[in-house]
Amino acid sequence: MSEMIPALDWQAIFVAPWTTEFSIYGWIFLMGFLVCAACGLAGNYLILRRMALVGDAISHSVLPGLAIAFLAANAWTNRQAAGEGIDLAVEPSGHGISYGFAIFMGALIAGVLTTLMIEIIHTRTRIKQDAAIGITFSTLFAFGVVLISVYADKVDLDADCVLHGEIAFVSIQPFFTIGTYQLAPSPVIRMGLVAFLTLGLMVVFYKELLVSSFDPGLASSMGINATFVHYALMCWLSVIVVSAFEAVGAILVIAMLILPGATASMLTTRFPIVLMLSLLHAAASSVLGLHLAIWLNSSTAGCMVVAGAGIFCVAWVFSPSQGILPNWLKRRQNSKCLPSGEIGTETVGES
Amino acid sequence: MLLCGLEQLNNMLHPSFMAQEKDKIPRIETTPPPANRWTKGLAVEDIPLEIHDLTVAYHHKPVLYGIDLAVPPGKLIGIIGPNGAGKSTLIKAIMGLLPTDSGWVQIFGKNNRKNLKRVGYVPQRESVDWDFPVSVMDVVLMGRYGKLGLFKRPGKEDRDIASACLEKVKMMPYADRQIANLSGGQQQRVFLARALAQESDLYFMDEPFAGVDAATESSIIGLLHELRQKGKTILVVHHDLPTARNYFDMLVLLNMRLVDFGPTEEVFTYEKLQKTYGGRLTILSEVAEAVRQNKG
Repeated sequence: MSEMIPALDWQAIFVAPWTTEFSIYGWIFLMGFLVCAACGLAGNYLILRRMALVGDAISHSVLPGLAIAFLAANAWTNRQAAGEGIDLAVEPSGHGISYGFAIFMGALIAGVLTTLMIEIIHTRTRIKQDAAIGITFSTLFAFGVVLISVYADKVDLDADCVLHGEIAFVSIQPFFTIGTYQLAPSPVIRMGLVAFLTLGLMVVFYKELLVSSFDPGLASSMGINATFVHYALMCWLSVIVVSAFEAVGAILVIAMLILPGATASMLTTRFPIVLMLSLLHAAASSVLGLHLAIWLNSSTAGCMVVAGAGIFCVAWVFSPSQGILPNWLKRRQNSKCLPSGEIGTETVGES
Repeated sequence: MLLCGLEQLNNMLHPSFMAQEKDKIPRIETTPPPANRWTKGLAVEDIPLEIHDLTVAYHHKPVLYGIDLAVPPGKLIGIIGPNGAGKSTLIKAIMGLLPTDSGWVQIFGKNNRKNLKRVGYVPQRESVDWDFPVSVMDVVLMGRYGKLGLFKRPGKEDRDIASACLEKVKMMPYADRQIANLSGGQQQRVFLARALAQESDLYFMDEPFAGVDAATESSIIGLLHELRQKGKTILVVHHDLPTARNYFDMLVLLNMRLVDFGPTEEVFTYEKLQKTYGGRLTILSEVAEAVRQNKG
């Protein structure tokens, strides 16, 4: 049994990542935190609107969007190359800005399409929202798989890579440079921008988001277009999912849309505090997950999710309002106050 | 949006379908009085609500058909009719929350969607998720959002107004409570406080008395009378016939079509209520009872 659990080397697991190997693990932590924070913040609204699984759906159904974008960008580069007489076999260009942009747009459109399809199915038929989500994302995902396998020679993309991107490689990604100064790996920069914008949008449009989530009727009556807010949120969700995706894979994204918000709502009933606690959860699960991954020498994203779930369980046990422990204590207190013995014996005696 | 347009096109191409559905609407043999009977001589911008030929359909089935209504200011008005008569639909259509198939709605002389800032709204209590992580105060402050612009936060003045509104419904001691920990009557009073905080001139309330105790009901009706005294116009969807007579100045009798609209004493008659409720025996006996009580 003992050989199944790796030794707990304090120095290597807890100290080294923050000292000697900081140049590697620092970026991994930062990337993990940024993904968890962006997803956690947006996820709060999904939970409140009872659309937690829409995030899951979007992260699966961007696949066909990515595939089509890839094909389009490919065709475009080929034409350009043919026009300029460049032999792509000799000079494999193309993984430049145009590809990044095409993929981003493809995923964004796929994300919005997913939301639209879900909405149309469940408002225009008797199929409920959960079933509509199931239909939509499985169909689009399958469509993506078909596309990729048909055009396997043209699309440098496989479903596995999209779903299980590896956060551990973030520090060896090309760095974003300003002049000669190497700032940070470009996925970190991109995710940082997205996370920062997410926070900004949530602060700026706090009241619009709050009222349209709580009472869309009231929001509409105040001139806040609840439908527009809904689609804007979904668009932004697609942006978050896509930017996180390539670097960390879908597992972390899907889990972190729900876990921070769910954990925070265990601990407080004030929405601003829920938002702050979900950020805290994001930070804690990325730190704990990182150490767990080093210790077990395993998937970092997976460990971050496991750590996040662990924090959720702890919150569940100790939550002041819904916690297992406080509830048990309260019940024990109550049973002491009641003269339980007498009632019990009387009934037994009568029967 | 594209699909919505296609559906409308579809309707236009197949008018026979609508006509066929139209026949299913109860035929009510009254010659409707001119819509502007109670608003004659008023300037257009003084008429809180004017509806012309409003038709609303769900999935090709008309729910409201050809409603013509003009409401005078400073009245407490009940909207009554049987289940499925389109009472809530009428309010939602007026508020622009539903697509309409024909007709127009004006609020204080302007297109309804452009003048919603003058409207306060109390939705049905079940329409929101009461587990939402907000406090009573937060909900009442939402009533102020319409008055604030984009990007602006509720300030001290808004908080003072919200506190005053909570005080009015006697919910100030609960200001910091999470809304999940409230009873049905308390939830209804929070919604009322929120509507008060909107400081509107025209109010729509969807069954504010559903599931509240007698004490809350009478305190709510007291508040509504107070609002009316200040010249506000209030339309209330109401379910309980016996109390309707005592609560409201005017009544809208609705059963997919407008049966009648007028002062309560003129409209609350056995004959007109029978027209509204059709041949539903249990309700008819209730109506008879209510009318008898009024005579006595």
